[in-house]
This record gives sequence, structure tokens and C-alpha cells, in this order.
Amino acid sequence: VASAPVIVIGVGNPLRADDAAGVLAVRQLRPRAGVEIREQSGEATALLEALRGRTTALVVDAAAGAEPGRLHRIDAAARPLPQGLFGVSSHGFGVAEGIELARALGALPAACVVYAVEGACFDTGAPMSEAVARALPVLAEDIAKEIEIFSNREARHA
Amino acid sequence: MTRKTIKVDYLARVEGEGALHVTLRDGAVRDVELRIFEPPRFFEAFLRGRAFGEAPDITARICGICPVAYQMSAVHAMEDAFGVTVDAPLRALRRLLYCGEWIESHGLHIYLLHAPDFLGYESAIAMAREHQAEVERGLQLKKVGNEIVQLIGGREIHPINVRVGGFYRTPARRELAPLAERLKWARDAALETVRWVAGFDFPDCERDYELVALRHPGEYPFNEGRLASNKGLDIAVGDYEATFEERHVAHSTALQSAIRGRGAYLVGPLARYSLNFDRLSPLAQEAARAAGLGETCANPYKSIVVRAVETLYACDEALRLIEGYREPERAAMRVEPRAGSGCACTEAPRGILYHRYRLDEEGTITEAKIVPPTSQNQSSIEDDLRAFLPGWLSMEEEALRWRCEQTIRNYDPCISCSCHFLKLEVERG
Repeated sequence: VASAPVIVIGVGNPLRADDAAGVLAVRQLRPRAGVEIREQSGEATALLEALRGRTTALVVDAAAGAEPGRLHRIDAAARPLPQGLFGVSSHGFGVAEGIELARALGALPAACVVYAVEGACFDTGAPMSEAVARALPVLAEDIAKEIEIFSNREARHA
Repeated sequence: MTRKTIKVDYLARVEGEGALHVTLRDGAVRDVELRIFEPPRFFEAFLRGRAFGEAPDITARICGICPVAYQMSAVHAMEDAFGVTVDAPLRALRRLLYCGEWIESHGLHIYLLHAPDFLGYESAIAMAREHQAEVERGLQLKKVGNEIVQLIGGREIHPINVRVGGFYRTPARRELAPLAERLKWARDAALETVRWVAGFDFPDCERDYELVALRHPGEYPFNEGRLASNKGLDIAVGDYEATFEERHVAHSTALQSAIRGRGAYLVGPLARYSLNFDRLSPLAQEAARAAGLGETCANPYKSIVVRAVETLYACDEALRLIEGYREPERAAMRVEPRAGSGCACTEAPRGILYHRYRLDEEGTITEAKIVPPTSQNQSSIEDDLRAFLPGWLSMEEEALRWRCEQTIRNYDPCISCSCHFLKLEVERG
């Protein structure tokens, strides 16, 4: 099965408060031809495998930050992700490591954008903080617009 | 008097949170503490009051790397309590599932966590820039392990298809055929892995460990066997708690295990290999010999070679199991709960994982005890550093810190599992 050229990956653990942001944001997206939407835990090798063979990838994750709800758009194809921004998964191998491993192996899509929303609380079982919940629709809309732009570009190249 | 400390505040390339604190006084090693500060996770407590059938899925959540081990120890302990023995084809499927976890876990540790230490890279990413082909091989090898767990376990992480008595669904023979093709590639890649890691430089460090592993009459151990050691231990798993004890130490949220009256022991690849060389497949034995390993191994740095040999074995064994697979008549045995208790040890990638449950007449868990491999190895990790550090004291600070971390990574410690792990602090004085 050929994989969709565009992949949108929501990263996080829905049971850990603001860490749910990435997953909940991609759940708000409408299905669209040529775009695969996936949810992941943030484990680096799984992320790397999901990025392989794509032309475009959007990765959405919560990040540790001082301003809960603040949104960031990072062009990961252009430069390495800032260290220490994202939570880490098994063996300290998280989103930033997955993307950098993909870059080192020549497997990073030509277009790779990381959306990050700053979170305040990552406790197991705790509710999402209000500021992050308020930011979610805006985040989802930004992602949808970006998908639109990338999809149209794909269509022109097809 | 001069006093110096070496500190690693946060150990990299290990699972979970821990630190190392070493105190040196007048050029001698005074104290070594592997500080585990990952919060306790209370799994044993919240298993109380749950149904016996929930144990495999709840305990699988303890670890994202070795959930199969938790599921296997849980189902075998329950079956011990209820007097259930599973049919041969179900038992074979359990071994196949375990092969998948070993390939996945060992592949990750060899290529992404441990190899950078030997090749002088601070991370797998830095290593990948100059060793693309090797890292790709490791990733693909790990992926084959994932595919086994996906097919037999229902999904790659925290599988959902394991139950007390067997499985919810068993695969048809034709479903296993594509896996066999992938495993033939994986077996070659594992053989290449053994050759690759055998060429690394190893510090000349050996210790006289008490090596503890399962020993089975006919198989390299996964699910069953007696508990044996190179120092005369030969007990049924039911005698585990009479033989081993757990101690609380102030610097760790994980309990430390010891053999009653004797002290530290070592579990995991070195122990399994040294006690069970004769049970490896001819291909794995031949590869081990060609890699320069004897029939036993007491150099913890060579654990990377032993892991590679075990990965090769797991590929070989998985192929054998697929070839001999008969579709089970039933996916699970009938299980009738009864009051009592049951226990089991199975060989997680990092070593023996012990589970014991007490159950009431309806099969509700009234008491649970779980002893993971990393907490059993904690004392041996500290003892390795105490034994080897005096020979390294002339090293530059950065090199010394690295060597200490590498020594810990020999064990592929899973701190999250043990908390039920690392920052390094060396205090020189």
C-alpha cells in the first residue's frame, strides 16, 4: 500500500492533561484525500518510520513552556528543533530525536513543520488546563490551513 | 584529605529517571550510589481488588519496551494459581511473541543506546550521520520484532491479545508466512550485528558474578524453567521469595534485590547466556564463537555482543516456531478461578521478571508482588562501578563520567520498570 504523501501526526498521551493537545488537535481535522492523520505516543523510532517516504509532514505536540496555550510553528526541515522543548519518551527518545534521526538518515520529508503548544500540566489523569483547551481550536485551524496549502501544492505537482 | 565527587545528574539513553553519585576520598572509591528518583508507581497496590484477567493488561502498562514480559509473567502466575497448563501450540505462540519482544528491545539497545558508547558518539543521532547503513539495519531489525508483536499481540506496544489461558485470537498459518520472509532477512541482519559489535573495543573488566537465570531442560529460556545460578542455585520458581529478598535503600525509589545470606546477583543476557549456552541454536552458538565469546561471559561490556547473539537466536527460534506452527484448536484454555496464590518468572529482555498473586475464590487479586530485572541488578551495577572505578581514576573528568554511564548502560536498565534510574555525581576527595 502506497502511503499518503502528506502525514499529520498528533503526538501525546490523552491521559496526561496538556500532553493531550497534539492528539486532540488532529482529531478535529476533516479527512482529506492524500492526507493521512495519525496519533502517536512520541516514541522516536515510530515517528521516524511514519515520516519515511512522505513529501510533507506536520507534527503536533505539546511542549513545556512558561506561557500555557502559546502556539509555535517551527520549520523543522530548515533547522534542528530546539533541544529540551518536547517531552521525551522511552529511553529519552522523543519527538526531537525522531526528527533529528530522520534528518541524519536522509528520511526527513522536504516539508516538515512542527506545531507546538505550550502546556502547564502533564500530570497523569489531570484535566487539560484552560489556556491549552482554549488554544486547541486555533491550533486545529492553523493546521487545517497548512494542510490546504500543502495539498494544493501536491495537486499542482501531480 | 582530598575529596572529590563525580556527578551524572541525569543519565541519558536509559529508560526512566536516575542519577549516579560517586564519592572518592584520597584517591579511593568511597561510595557509589545509583540514585533512582523516578516516583514509585504503586502498581502492586492498585492491582488489589482487580480481576485476575486484568493483570496481563494492567501490568503491561508498567513498560513500553517489555510489555510482553509483564503479560507473560502475569498469565503464567495466574495459571499456576488455577492449575492450568496451556496446549502446546499456545505455548509455542507465547514463545514467538517473546521472540518479537527480544528482537525489538535488544535491537533498540544495541543500535541506538549502547553502540554510540563504543564508537565515541554522544547519541545515536550523531552516530547515524556517519553510520547510516548500520543504524538503518538496526531500525529494520527492531521493526521485524515489532511486526511479530503486532501480529501475535494485536498491536506493537502494550499488546492486547494475551489472556490468562492463552490468547483472544490465534493466527492462521498463512498469516505467519509473510513474517517468516521478514525473519529470514532479520536473521541475516542479526548475524551481521554480531559481527559488527564483536569488532568494538571492550574494557578488560570481568567480575565473579552470581549469575541467575531460568534453566529449562530443552530450551533457551523464555517462559519456563527452574531458577539456576553458576554458584549452585537450583530452585523451583515457587521458592523465589525464600531465596531472594528485597531491601529498601535511602537513595533509591526502587527496592534492591539480594540473595539471602549471599548478596548481589546478576540477571539478564550475561546470566542467561552463561547458564544456557548449550540451549542456543547451532547458528547462534557458531556466531558467538566466531565473535570470540566463550561459553560463559563475565565482562559486562560484552553484554552488547551477547544481546546480538540472543537477537540472532530469537530470529532463528521464531523461524523454527513458525515452521512448526499448528493452528490451535482453541485460542485459550478454560480457566476456573479458585482461591490461592500463584507465581511465575519469565525472561524479560533485561532478565528474570517475577510475579506473585494471591487471589480469592472469585479470582479477585488480594495481593500482588512484582520484582523487575532492573531492581535485581541495581546492586551489581553499583558493585561494577566500585570494582572498576579505581582503574579509571587517572581519566579526564569527561571521559570518566562517560565510562561510568557506559557501565550503567551495559545493563540496559529500565528505571521506569524498577520504580519501582540516572544523574552521575562523583565526589572526589
